[in-house]
Amino acid sequence: MALTIPDAPAPDGALIDDVPRPIVQSRTFGDRIFRGISAGAAATCLFIMFATGVFLTWKALPAITATGVGEFLTGDTWQPDDEAFGVGGLLINTIMIALTALVVGVPIALGLALFINEYSPARMRPYLTGGVDLLAAIPSLIFGMWGLYALSEPLSGVAEWLASHLNAIPLFRLTEPDVSLTRSTFIAGFVVAIMITPVITSVSRDVMAQVPRVQCEGALGLGGSRWGMIRDVVLPFGKSGIVGSVLLGFGRALGETIAVVLVIDLVFQPNLNILEQGSGSISALIATKFGEAQGLEINGLIAAGLALFIMTLIVNLIARAIVNRSKLAG
Amino acid sequence: MTIELERTDDVLFLEGPPLTHDGGDPGVDRLPPAIVETNPPSVDEPGPPESDPDVPFRPSSFGPSDRLEMVLAAVSGLAFAWALCLVMDWSHPLTFTIWAIIWFVAGIYVTARARTSKVVAMDRLVTTLIWLSGAFAVAILGWMIVFVLIEGIGGLVDDLPRGEWIARIGAVGLMIAAVVGVRWRSGRRSAAGTDTVLSRLLPRVVGSACAVGALMVLLPVINTEFFTADIAEVGPLDEGGGIYHALIGTLEQITIATVISVPIAILTAIYLHEIKGRLAVPVRFIVDAMSGLPSIVAGLIVFTVWVNTGRGFSGASAGVALAIIMIPIVTRTAEEILRTIDDGLRESALALGAPQWRSVVQVVLPTARAGLITASILGVARAIGETAPVLLTAFGSAVTNYNPFSAPQADLPLFIWGLLREPNEAQIARAWSAAVVLLLLVLVLFITARVIGERGARKRTGR
Repeated sequence: MALTIPDAPAPDGALIDDVPRPIVQSRTFGDRIFRGISAGAAATCLFIMFATGVFLTWKALPAITATGVGEFLTGDTWQPDDEAFGVGGLLINTIMIALTALVVGVPIALGLALFINEYSPARMRPYLTGGVDLLAAIPSLIFGMWGLYALSEPLSGVAEWLASHLNAIPLFRLTEPDVSLTRSTFIAGFVVAIMITPVITSVSRDVMAQVPRVQCEGALGLGGSRWGMIRDVVLPFGKSGIVGSVLLGFGRALGETIAVVLVIDLVFQPNLNILEQGSGSISALIATKFGEAQGLEINGLIAAGLALFIMTLIVNLIARAIVNRSKLAG
Repeated sequence: MTIELERTDDVLFLEGPPLTHDGGDPGVDRLPPAIVETNPPSVDEPGPPESDPDVPFRPSSFGPSDRLEMVLAAVSGLAFAWALCLVMDWSHPLTFTIWAIIWFVAGIYVTARARTSKVVAMDRLVTTLIWLSGAFAVAILGWMIVFVLIEGIGGLVDDLPRGEWIARIGAVGLMIAAVVGVRWRSGRRSAAGTDTVLSRLLPRVVGSACAVGALMVLLPVINTEFFTADIAEVGPLDEGGGIYHALIGTLEQITIATVISVPIAILTAIYLHEIKGRLAVPVRFIVDAMSGLPSIVAGLIVFTVWVNTGRGFSGASAGVALAIIMIPIVTRTAEEILRTIDDGLRESALALGAPQWRSVVQVVLPTARAGLITASILGVARAIGETAPVLLTAFGSAVTNYNPFSAPQADLPLFIWGLLREPNEAQIARAWSAAVVLLLLVLVLFITARVIGERGARKRTGR
């Protein structure tokens, strides 16, 4: 080739003798405006999240200082008249509902993801993914109504069975023999489990679809069964992505509001007997007490919202970091 | 890749601990040694059926005898559960289902284990469980939709004698059957290449005629009062009243939310995928975090900075809260859409000398239009069902409030929420009817988004 490649043009784009003009030209006026507007929109997203953190903290401070940080995070009394706002018990109950949801929801969600990716006939696949998306679009209010009126009764039967047969497990024990088994953490967890299924399924499905097909074919070609292929190729490959998707589901479960409020009775004390009536979550507290709150109690509710915001933000950021990393690796 | 496969091929015939990882190549690491263990049947295991040595044995193949096994397991499972429920005097259908499924799964494993190898039996077991989880998810979705429809449809239609119902529903069913039949036939003809102008036109004619006919049959029986009256002067125990005020509120709030969120979201998606500026990484991270933001927190922040600073509850503040929920949903979907557009299109625009903004505005966005509309509709479908943020910002009201900028306003989910808190049959029945309307709205939006999106995708990829 007769062409000689010139040295890279000077970074500021200035023309040097005998060097072809740089390919990148200075942007036109229209481009600069266009980029500015888009960057402004993108910055709006940053600003919204930033402002959420700042304003919630600002408005939460009066209530937190009145109660004391330690008492706020560990206490379980909510007495606006005594300026006592403790959400410790509610935090535990929130986490218990989310964990119950994970125990029920993760096997279903991962099974569904594997079903769509590996087992279902190809013609069914678009309808199945559509169904999963639809499940995500159904309002949480409708989940709550369905949970309350359709699911509560059969599930309290299951709860009765668990309480009488598996009471060796502390979680399934009852404090008194004839306590009501409806409106409990267990039932709320079930409803929330179905609500977080679509998140876990779609994210883990994306990750598992990125397994190099050659490796799957290799496993099958070596005589492995389909389960052998999943166990030894798909799951190890998608491991971190699956963990990330489960964490995303956990974050969703922590913040679920209306479905939980409809299904449970709000109590402030931590309730580790998950089959018994009485449970709670931060968002349920806000939705329930909001109507009649006045003065400092509003700040207390904002403080509770701040705790929820920080908790879900941390869980979500960790989950996203894990998912993104596993996608990059693929 | 071939080299790696050959390498593990060697390993297959090694005895004892087979793989010595050479560390450097991740590909080798990922072809795990455990496959080796599943492959050659060890001595004490019954091997695969050796019918024809030329036909390769596949552990996951599923033949007629396997099908028979499955049917037997299912039938015996049902019989077992039935017998068990009779003996133990259990009557709940849930108990019956659980025991039948347990017996079915165990039966499949045991027969496969007895007839073939452990590997095949395990594979069959997992396959069954995974199919069951798929069926479970579909069943739950179906159960929920049917349950809501059954509970709530009564309030949406007039009281009619049963015979008239059967006639009307039967007529609609016949029309649907006619449309499906005509479409199927014309599809067969166009596949066979024997289609004519008439046969191509026929499905459209029949389809629109049947749509008009179905509307004529169904519209007169709809309870118009439910859609045109509000609940202001209706006592909790009275008959009547409707959701007009809630529909107005939903319409206004969703419009405000869409007007705010869709431009921001699409511009953000353009920033993330077309401009790829310096902020792209943090913005993508924050948008992801926003999509996990609990909806009640979105309401709480608008309440804190707007409602609680003296401006009071209003529909517009609810619109802002819903916009915060919509932005990440629309942004993510829109970015996916932009990603599917061929880079050749952008580059040819740039090669013609167009500045970037013209390439985006005149080439990229028109190509992506259907997808972007889909993204926006999906965002609306999500926002329309949100209760918690609207509760904190619009608060709800029994009267029709046309002005979204002052005074509390109702909307559909909020209206249902308010009714559910009242312990009284009439109100609960109203709530179910409103829930049917909400569910149908979400379904219609969702299906519209899908149809538009699919057509757009077909256009983008050139059919």
